[in-house]
Amino acid sequence: VTAAAVSDRIQAPFGARAARVVAAERHGAYTVLRCADRAGPRPAAGQFYMLRAAERWGGGAEERPYLPRAFSVLRAPAGTDELHFLIEDVGPGTARLCELEAGDELALVGPLGIGFAGPRDGRRPVLAGGGVGIAPLAIWQDELIAGAVPGGMPPPALLGFRDAAHAPGAGLLGGAVVATDDGSVGHHGLVTELLAAALDGDTQAEVYACGPPPMLEAVRALCADRDIPAQLALESGMACGYGACFGCVVETTEGYIRLCVEGPVIEAARLETALTPGAGH
Amino acid sequence: LTSNSAAPGPVDLCGIELAHPVINASGTFDPIAARRAFGEALVEHFPFAAFVSKTVTVAPRQGNPPPRLWELPAGLMNSIGLPNKGLDGYLAHDLPELAQLPVPLIVNVMGFSRDEVARLVTAFAQRDEVAALELNVSCPNVETGLVMGADPDEVARLMSAVRPLTDKPLIVKLTPNASDVPAVAMAAEGEGASAVSLINTIRGMALHPRTGEPWLGGTTGGVSGPGVRAIALAQVRSVAAAVDIPVIGMGGVTHGRHAHDLIAAGATLVAVGTESFRDPSAGARIASELALTAAGPHPSGQGLARASH
Repeated sequence: VTAAAVSDRIQAPFGARAARVVAAERHGAYTVLRCADRAGPRPAAGQFYMLRAAERWGGGAEERPYLPRAFSVLRAPAGTDELHFLIEDVGPGTARLCELEAGDELALVGPLGIGFAGPRDGRRPVLAGGGVGIAPLAIWQDELIAGAVPGGMPPPALLGFRDAAHAPGAGLLGGAVVATDDGSVGHHGLVTELLAAALDGDTQAEVYACGPPPMLEAVRALCADRDIPAQLALESGMACGYGACFGCVVETTEGYIRLCVEGPVIEAARLETALTPGAGH
Repeated sequence: LTSNSAAPGPVDLCGIELAHPVINASGTFDPIAARRAFGEALVEHFPFAAFVSKTVTVAPRQGNPPPRLWELPAGLMNSIGLPNKGLDGYLAHDLPELAQLPVPLIVNVMGFSRDEVARLVTAFAQRDEVAALELNVSCPNVETGLVMGADPDEVARLMSAVRPLTDKPLIVKLTPNASDVPAVAMAAEGEGASAVSLINTIRGMALHPRTGEPWLGGTTGGVSGPGVRAIALAQVRSVAAAVDIPVIGMGGVTHGRHAHDLIAAGATLVAVGTESFRDPSAGARIASELALTAAGPHPSGQGLARASH
């Protein structure tokens, strides 16, 4: 079309491509799907992929799943062609993905969207994740350790889970502090309580968060109260992932934006609320 | 033009030469956003033989509140609400970019009155970048309260008002939510429509699994995907039998054999919509498959034989 603008993202090869599953690892209630992506670039932290199984996608219960599902990349280990995704079996699409074994094939499109930006001058990154939303924080922690953080100390990772079946997900990040809803592991309560306590002693933090909408809304509100910048990786139901369907809009101070092309990482200050309707369906 | 060794030969649509018979359904592909995601590969491997734009209205529209999507058995229901920059915004921002695609541009327009449609048609009639116009008539006429595309007389009055305003081909996008779709198609043809396209999405709804309230922000939505393919095939066949102008068939096409079926039912061109959401390059794949199936025996016949009923 017109002369190529400087891109604000790592661009994806055009079209869905095959990627072989090399391992499916269980971490409590979660599955880490590792696949070999020979044809794609290494993604930026916070970018996502549209995934579906190459076989038996459709034809299951009620003939779902039909559409691909969006997943932030969990990890893309340097020096390999592997992409790791964190999957929790919550519906027909994730159930099918959790069935996959080494040797099975995925069809994927990505990397897509805009990921995390580095902390503003002098600010210390603090990671806050909830449930399966810890995924993009793992690759971001890897990158912060590899590059920006003095002394190589892992940025603090405050992670919330439902219960002891989900808490093993915390092992996917370094030095995680855990909260569980039922108190079976770590702090008995919400991860946002851990975050509030951390921010009370640190006015120079920058928060990176991903998790269920009520958690992200709490993160947004408590960061706004303290005048601390936050970058939120949001979720919204997506059909395509590349701006075609206009289905994944979220409301911002500038009106609706398509989360797949303008996000999924959004500055919290652009949102009146992080309670995105329909997320998690 | 993109060339594909397996693509079927050129097709003529109302004097517009297309490299193959597969285009996109309006509102299911945004080359400007796709170029941000995929870079120049999107232009170099553009998957469609023509590009049909999202619906343009006179005034800008933000679209419906989310949620806008609901996955169905073998398909998708959407309630997007025609977000667009409005006529002035489209002319200033979208048209210059879309005009540089390697394929002809068909602009889809919708008005809430005949005057609005006339204004849109007049504006695009002067633009050399635009090869043809598609009229979205799946909306109520605010003056009569009737869905324009559901009523043959409404469509005839609309066409007689706008046909004199341009020499460009005018394609009428038919709604399946009408009691007699061939009658609407004949009314369009009678007042000078150059072609008709169908099916648009079929109205449906879903309830929130916990609250029982409508799931979609727009209350009802449009159903698309493989689940509507049989309906599309029947409507395309009945419309193609009723009119002499070209028919653009669409609805649930995910493979070249489905495109082949629509052509067998009387379509000149086939449009791909929802399948592009699963794979942005689906249009090119389907065109290649169509070329291969077109050369051999009827593929659905093979399927029946294999299924050994």
